[in-house]
Amino acid sequence: MIKKEITVTNETGLHARPASMFVQKASKFKSSIVIEKGDKTINAKSIISVLSGGIGKGTQITLVIEGEDEQEAEKALVALIEGNFGE
Amino acid sequence: MTVVTLPELIKDLQLEVVYEGEQNKIFINTSDINRPGLQLANYFTFFAEGTAARLQVIGLIEIAFLNNLDAKTRKERLEKYCSYQLPCVILCRGIDPLPDIKEAALKHKRPLLKTDLVTTEFINIASNYLDSKLAPHMTQHGVLVDVYGLGVLLLGESGIGKSETALELVKRGHRLVSDDVVNIKKVARKRLIGEAPAAIRHFMEIRGVGIINVQAMYGVGATINAKGIDLIVELEPWEKGSYCERLGLDETFLNLLGVDIHKITIPVKPGRNLAIIIEAAARDFRLKKSGYNAAQDLNEKILASDNKE
Repeated sequence: MIKKEITVTNETGLHARPASMFVQKASKFKSSIVIEKGDKTINAKSIISVLSGGIGKGTQITLVIEGEDEQEAEKALVALIEGNFGE
Repeated sequence: MTVVTLPELIKDLQLEVVYEGEQNKIFINTSDINRPGLQLANYFTFFAEGTAARLQVIGLIEIAFLNNLDAKTRKERLEKYCSYQLPCVILCRGIDPLPDIKEAALKHKRPLLKTDLVTTEFINIASNYLDSKLAPHMTQHGVLVDVYGLGVLLLGESGIGKSETALELVKRGHRLVSDDVVNIKKVARKRLIGEAPAAIRHFMEIRGVGIINVQAMYGVGATINAKGIDLIVELEPWEKGSYCERLGLDETFLNLLGVDIHKITIPVKPGRNLAIIIEAAARDFRLKKSGYNAAQDLNEKILASDNKE
């Protein structure tokens, strides 16, 4: 299991398009991927769940990834967030 | 642990603040309520062990009792009473606090509040409010639908078709509670209530279509805000040779927040009409609840006809 703390830095946060990019990417992996925000846990493969998380710019989240392809999943998702979703 | 802060309590129960005390440091963690009759009669046994942490509610009788005491005793009692860790003292029926109460509260920095409600009515309201606020809760990934009046929680991994099944159920006249994120609250010893987080209520994602608003599309009758959870249906990828229930004689449960909920597992294969299967499961569950078990009935009939031959 991998736990990775990361801060969302893109302008719109994990809303609408970035959220959809994030979910698309997460869904490609077999591992279970959960976003922790405070005491909330969010399923990274569900767009409704990610949107309901209200993750705005500057929010610190923890990615909890578990499964056979966890390394690749972490790399891909971190790259997406750090790259500000290409904004 | 869940707590209610004093400013929350004051706002939600529309209390009038007589004296603020140290509001920010106060949390309420029990829905029990204490009417301090015995304490005012100078009986403090067990008071420090829990009773003092309850909401303290004073009504007409307590006031009448206090008025009957001589000034010196009254002052002493109130002093002693307020020296315990009380979260706050609430006066009902719009009673103006005696100067003695105010003084004692002030000395020990205990908030003093007021309501116009009759004492028993206020106690009912406060107790319901605290019960609901302090109820154990969790968030579950899944879809909650009302099928024939039963709250059916669909579980299963992402992409297995929970939302699509819920949509088909809605189309067949059932009601959606929440898609993908279900907030579950334990409201009684054996009862769970599920609802959607307010922000995503009535919304749903259907892969390939995107986000849809179920209420706007199918009408107000297609949704319901909260629903008790009666049955869990786990959707599982169909695998050859894997075990699944063939008779319906055995019962399986899933424990959520300490409550055992009936669970059935349904194997999923492309082309299988899940909505109809879930309708059948819900009808069967209702029959079983009312005492009829089809597998048992069949078994008995076969045994009876074997005996005749």
